Amino acid sequence: MTVALSEFAPLLPEIFILTMACAVLIIDLYLTDKNRHISYLLALATMAGAGIVTYIVMPTTPEIVLAGTFISDQMSAVLKMFVYLITAGVLVYSRQYLVERDLFKGEFYVLVLFAVLGMMVMISGHNMLSIYLGLELLSLCLYALVALQRDSSTAVEAAMKYFVLGALASGMLLYGMSMIYGASGSLDLMEIAEHIKGVQEKDLVLLLGVVFIIVGLAFKLGAVPFHMWVPDVYHGAPTAITLFISTAPKIAGFAIIIRLMADGMGDLQHYWQDFLIVIAVLSLIIGNIIAIAQTNLKRMLAYSTIAHMGFLLLGIIAGTAEGYSAAMFYTIAYAIMGLGAFGMIILLSRAGFEADRLEDFKGLNDRSPWYAFIMLIIMFSMAGVPPALGFWAKLAVLESVVNVGLTWLAIIAVVMSIVGAFYYIRLIKLMYFDKAEDTALIEGTLDLKAILSANGIAILALGIFPGALLAICTNVML
Amino acid sequence: MENIYLAIVLAPLIGSIVAGLWGKKIGTAGAHTVTIIGVAISCGLSFYVFKHHVFDGGAVFNGAVYTWAVSDGFTFDIGFLVDQLTAMMMVVVTFVSLMVHIYTIGYMKGDPGYQRFFCYISLFTFSMLMLVMANNFMQLFFGWEAVGLVSYLLIGFWYKRETAIYANLKAFLVNRVGDFGFILGIAVVLMYFNSLDYEDVFSNAGNLSNITIQVIPGWDWNVITLICMLLFIGAMGKSAQVPLHVWLPDSMEGPTPISALIHAATMVTAGVFMVARMSPLYEWSETALSFVLIIGAITALFMGFLGLVQNDIKRVVAYSTLSQLGYMVVALGVSAYAAGLFHLMTHAFFKALLFLAAGSVIIAMHHQQDIRKMGGLRKYLPITYATSLIGSLALIGFPGFSGFFSKDAIIEAVGHSELFGSGFAYTAVLLGVFVTALYTFRMFFLVFHGKERMDEDTRSHLKESPLVVTVPLILLAIPSVFIGGLTIGPMLFGDYFGSSLVVFKEHDVLAQMGEYFTGALGFVLHGLVTPAFYLSMAGLATAWYIYMKKPSIATHFKEKYKSIYNVLDNAYGCDDFNDKWFAGGARRIGNVLFKVGDAKVIDGVMVNGTAQTVGWWAGVARYMQTGYLYHYAFAMILGLVGLVSWIFIV
Repeated sequence: MTVALSEFAPLLPEIFILTMACAVLIIDLYLTDKNRHISYLLALATMAGAGIVTYIVMPTTPEIVLAGTFISDQMSAVLKMFVYLITAGVLVYSRQYLVERDLFKGEFYVLVLFAVLGMMVMISGHNMLSIYLGLELLSLCLYALVALQRDSSTAVEAAMKYFVLGALASGMLLYGMSMIYGASGSLDLMEIAEHIKGVQEKDLVLLLGVVFIIVGLAFKLGAVPFHMWVPDVYHGAPTAITLFISTAPKIAGFAIIIRLMADGMGDLQHYWQDFLIVIAVLSLIIGNIIAIAQTNLKRMLAYSTIAHMGFLLLGIIAGTAEGYSAAMFYTIAYAIMGLGAFGMIILLSRAGFEADRLEDFKGLNDRSPWYAFIMLIIMFSMAGVPPALGFWAKLAVLESVVNVGLTWLAIIAVVMSIVGAFYYIRLIKLMYFDKAEDTALIEGTLDLKAILSANGIAILALGIFPGALLAICTNVML
Repeated sequence: MENIYLAIVLAPLIGSIVAGLWGKKIGTAGAHTVTIIGVAISCGLSFYVFKHHVFDGGAVFNGAVYTWAVSDGFTFDIGFLVDQLTAMMMVVVTFVSLMVHIYTIGYMKGDPGYQRFFCYISLFTFSMLMLVMANNFMQLFFGWEAVGLVSYLLIGFWYKRETAIYANLKAFLVNRVGDFGFILGIAVVLMYFNSLDYEDVFSNAGNLSNITIQVIPGWDWNVITLICMLLFIGAMGKSAQVPLHVWLPDSMEGPTPISALIHAATMVTAGVFMVARMSPLYEWSETALSFVLIIGAITALFMGFLGLVQNDIKRVVAYSTLSQLGYMVVALGVSAYAAGLFHLMTHAFFKALLFLAAGSVIIAMHHQQDIRKMGGLRKYLPITYATSLIGSLALIGFPGFSGFFSKDAIIEAVGHSELFGSGFAYTAVLLGVFVTALYTFRMFFLVFHGKERMDEDTRSHLKESPLVVTVPLILLAIPSVFIGGLTIGPMLFGDYFGSSLVVFKEHDVLAQMGEYFTGALGFVLHGLVTPAFYLSMAGLATAWYIYMKKPSIATHFKEKYKSIYNVLDNAYGCDDFNDKWFAGGARRIGNVLFKVGDAKVIDGVMVNGTAQTVGWWAGVARYMQTGYLYHYAFAMILGLVGLVSWIFIV
């Protein structure tokens, strides 16, 4: 197989990240703890640089290169941009937190960069093998990140659970892919789609393959009943890592669902639609209801993530361009909101103290009206109260579901959102109407405060002016 | 031009945000500087826009600036429609607002809510500009509600006063009634025109003129009539027309500058502006026009009567505002939209002037507002006296003053109209002239002439107000005298408004009047021989005779015709009626619903019941999260088995 050099042009962002990740790995060896921040700055610069490179190579029409294993289109460019943005946010949020817990190490940055690379390969994968490769690269980095705090028993336990269950899910995904390969004779998504078009009657092997793939994907997203790892991992991992796990990978997860389900197996929609409906409804119900019983904010947000993933799946279930773009909007909105919510925990935490219990938010308004207000925006947005961003995300998804005649699904989603509103608003009540137990001053470095404020205002601003982001999500799905 | 329009709207908003959020940091001087700069920019640019559209013949601008949302195929744009009508409103709004901003420095000095006040009035300017510059119903509604909100906040500005809280709640509730009609009107527009854009709606109005709708089964309504009536109900709330007028007199609880800005010059005229803007719709429905005409005429006359028995200086001016709004609405009813807008403009200047002058008197009297305790203020407050005299003469329509031109034009226009109800309206507006002159000069004489009835302590402190108060008075006095004569030609009989107003030929009373219009001077000379002139002179003379010459007459009348006096003093019992039936009834129904529906059914069964059930489930489900790895793996396998068996079953 010969490959022309020009075929590598669309891969420039990936090559850039890979180079930078290796560079950080080597440079970090020569750094002392005193000037460790060079790794941090390099990682941030990598995100900015990747953004520029991605923008430069962004194609107007989809380009498929390297024997069909890699696709570069507008959707991949936009999703990658948001991955960089969210990851850069994670880096800024986590700096002080890592320093205080003696985790401010080069490994963190190298692992994050490789995870980003994995996400990019997932986003641009156009072959089952490349998609799987990207997914595994991401997963391995995440397992290691969760275990970064080696002396914490909860973190190690979480990493262990994550790893074992993740391996199980990967096995299922791979098994499903092999069945698809067996039925269609190809790993290329386009060829698979061609084959499926020709199949007339119910092909059991194909369907079994679909089921196994869905199980694998549902695990990665954290949808019910493959969600059990989510609360334990979110809770056990250091908050900075939780921040990362709960945001950027969801964007990549959305991308592979679109690639596999819509592009590859779009003609099997009436089969996978049913499976996804079951998973989405279970996620909405279980996620929202169990969240109510949580006293730990990180666990509560974990369950809320499960519920959000149910919402995201609704857009996919609709199976129309409108639904996919709504799901994309939802994913991006969720990533921005999740970033702010976990970021707030980081702000309130100090060396030796994790502000992850609900009680820690009591009376926040007395301690700092501004950050209480930011948290108020984030919670309202997650609950879907206008004019915050989350409202439009929910509206778009619900609209797409109603438009394909699945009104009952929308009703369940709305009812469950109301249940969900309870625990979001409970937090607001704690912040505004209860007396503070912890009256320590909110320390937080300037960069942390600035990004948190910007994050909160962005949620509000995007909620008041949702037009631009909606237009982007609509255009890339055309 | 688009950027200029944006700057006009955003400058006051930025000023408001800065004064509101960082008010404490920038201090009082910072707050008034930043908001005044914002409004001054807005005012300057508005004059430029006015010049561009009126003198340079600039093309009408109609376009979207930002797409706010797309829902179900409808695009909600934020857009501007700027033509001669809008340009005039922009100049009036920003100019009066600028004067009021400056005046406020003096009036609110030392008030603990100083920065908050500036934040609100700048926010008001922004909202009002959004309202007049809108090019679609959605944005109109936004501006409509936003000015209502600021009005609510400002009436209750002194929120520790019980009366202020009562007044702002009342204003809010009464406006709810109007706005309910308004939004229903917009809904009908959306339903039948499938668009909220002015241009689409106006150009298609003719196609719908014969379509009917059955709101109540068996009773056909013309769709256009229904839309116009519903929209006008909104205007009745905002522009305080009978029977939704009850909030305006109470709104005088707010600080005087906002009475001038919001409750005299701008916000209350929003209804008049809206109807004029919708003239392409109203022209299709004579029923709606008659409705408008009759409501306006009732307001013009009967609200004037109430001005006669008020003793609070601001309430007198408030009732006169109600009555003048009635005049404007009457003009709209007879399709003389231009005359209504013309009166709107002159009224904005002279009524703002009168309010601010009243405020100046109130400052001098140390917040004493009872005119029975004033008198002889002429020698202490010479500038206030002179400007008040100008304002009063303009209000009663003394020949040559701006109010004369606009009011006489309205009366003439009504005289020419053949619409149902125009006979009644003509009588009402003519009688209204006499009443206007009577209460205006009753107040004027009681305040500035005659015996000094205040206590010694107050008298010794009497002095003219500072420059920040008197300069706006003088600046407002100038247009109060001249603007009418200068602009009557182009505005009423020329083509000033161009295509912004639509009048059908058979309704066009102004065109009939224009046939013998020979210029402002001729209009004045003609005015000297009309009954309106003699009625206003008679009113003036009566006021002088009763309150200067023989005060015993007033007391005598009060005792002899006690029943009439009581009816007027109670404002026809509207408030009592509302309190007893609407407010009281709502409270009684609410009480029942609260006790049975809310406390028992919703709280007891549904809320607590549901919460308990959900909580129980949450507890159970939480139990399943054991923390054991093999349980988790087992759940995954179960899920897989479930999905696989689904394939074989289905």
